[in-house]
Amino acid sequence: MSAPQTVDLTTPLDEAAARALTAGTRVRIRGTLYAARDQAHRRLCELLARGEAPPFPLEGAVFYYVGPTPGGEGRAFGAAGPTSSYRMDPFTPQLLARGVRGMIGKGERSGEVVRAMQRFGAVYFAATGGAGALLARCICSAEVLAWPELGPEALRRLEVEDFPALVAIDAEGRSLYERATEKGA
Amino acid sequence: MREVSVDRIQAAVVECIERAAFELDARVVSALQAARDQETSSVARTVLEELLQNQRIAREERRPMCQDTGTAVLFVELGQEVHLVDGDLRSAVDDAVHEGYTRHRLRAGMVGHPLSRENTTDNTPAMLHVRLAPGNRVRIRFMAKGGGCENMNRLAMLTPAQGREGVLAFVEESVRSAGGRPCPPVVVGVGLGGTFERTAELAKEALLRPLGDPAARDEDAALEAEALARINALGVGPMGLGGRTTALAVHVESTGCHIASLPVAVNLDCHAHRHAEAVL
Repeated sequence: MSAPQTVDLTTPLDEAAARALTAGTRVRIRGTLYAARDQAHRRLCELLARGEAPPFPLEGAVFYYVGPTPGGEGRAFGAAGPTSSYRMDPFTPQLLARGVRGMIGKGERSGEVVRAMQRFGAVYFAATGGAGALLARCICSAEVLAWPELGPEALRRLEVEDFPALVAIDAEGRSLYERATEKGA
Repeated sequence: MREVSVDRIQAAVVECIERAAFELDARVVSALQAARDQETSSVARTVLEELLQNQRIAREERRPMCQDTGTAVLFVELGQEVHLVDGDLRSAVDDAVHEGYTRHRLRAGMVGHPLSRENTTDNTPAMLHVRLAPGNRVRIRFMAKGGGCENMNRLAMLTPAQGREGVLAFVEESVRSAGGRPCPPVVVGVGLGGTFERTAELAKEALLRPLGDPAARDEDAALEAEALARINALGVGPMGLGGRTTALAVHVESTGCHIASLPVAVNLDCHAHRHAEAVL
């Protein structure tokens, strides 16, 4: 079996780069990711609704849905794999409208999210859920940007290298999840 | 009466927490290897290979296997000839969670109230199930239960007319609709019979049986085999990205129920399937 093609990506992503990716393509990501999950999404969207500036530039940003374990002993984190993405679905379209180009998580997304990805030009990557030790090795550094009281749910800026992921839903709306269950039906 | 200090229980729980976080059960490792070898899709094989690599890294580098180090769930069987001394069981278990999760740098993944959502900073409270048993031993079974898979659990109060096929269809549909979210390949715990709360507890407890051991009752074991075949024909696959391996095992635990009822509960566990046991 030949190894599937792997594309190297550097963040931030522009719209053309996001639209060029196709579901099923493996990627290796380097650059900055923003770690945000349930409570950070809620607070970020509340802040935007009040007309305040976000704590980092949203245009071109790639979000990683993760709540890591603590670091220490020279490590940014012990384990840092993806969490389920569907819980961020209610917040996602308004973030894509402001230029967020990529999201890394696990599992299916809502129809509203997929339509917003098509409209604004964004891509959804799946990282392997549960591979927290393996993925944490790809995170070189981390810094809390906001809401430290949320603990693992705080908003963080991460610098990553060779972070492995798979284009699960592309900006044309093609989805590996739909293919999986169609084949099984 | 035999006296058992709750300090010993606390130490045993701390040890269970550590083992479950860093060392994947050997049976799960074998099941993931077998799954990798029989998958034909390159995506499915890659995911399973990453999971096998991940558990090696976790063991060798003492990193938690998964960043979701779980809710601490404990099933304690307390021999009725045991007299607990030096404190109370509930506090000892929460102290163990505080100590184990802090010392081993595991994630503080619990909030004190479901709506205000302030992090408790030490992963307490534990979910503690205590049952009296004959004898003078204390058996502790620990599970680190991830939130992603716990969110996909379901319970139905079926009618007796729906019968065996109704149960199989509900189990299959629960796994299908969960898709990639519970981190498949999953372990499927099924509670059958009892009452609303009892069937939910049975489904959770079923997960604690050694992976792949059949149920004690033949009819439950047959149900397990049929449910597993139907689930693995769904095509959900590792991480929901397609493939033959959606579940590693189905474990059914059953008990009697009311003449009007057929309760069934499905409790999904992710492929990390973290559990540990101690007997004092």
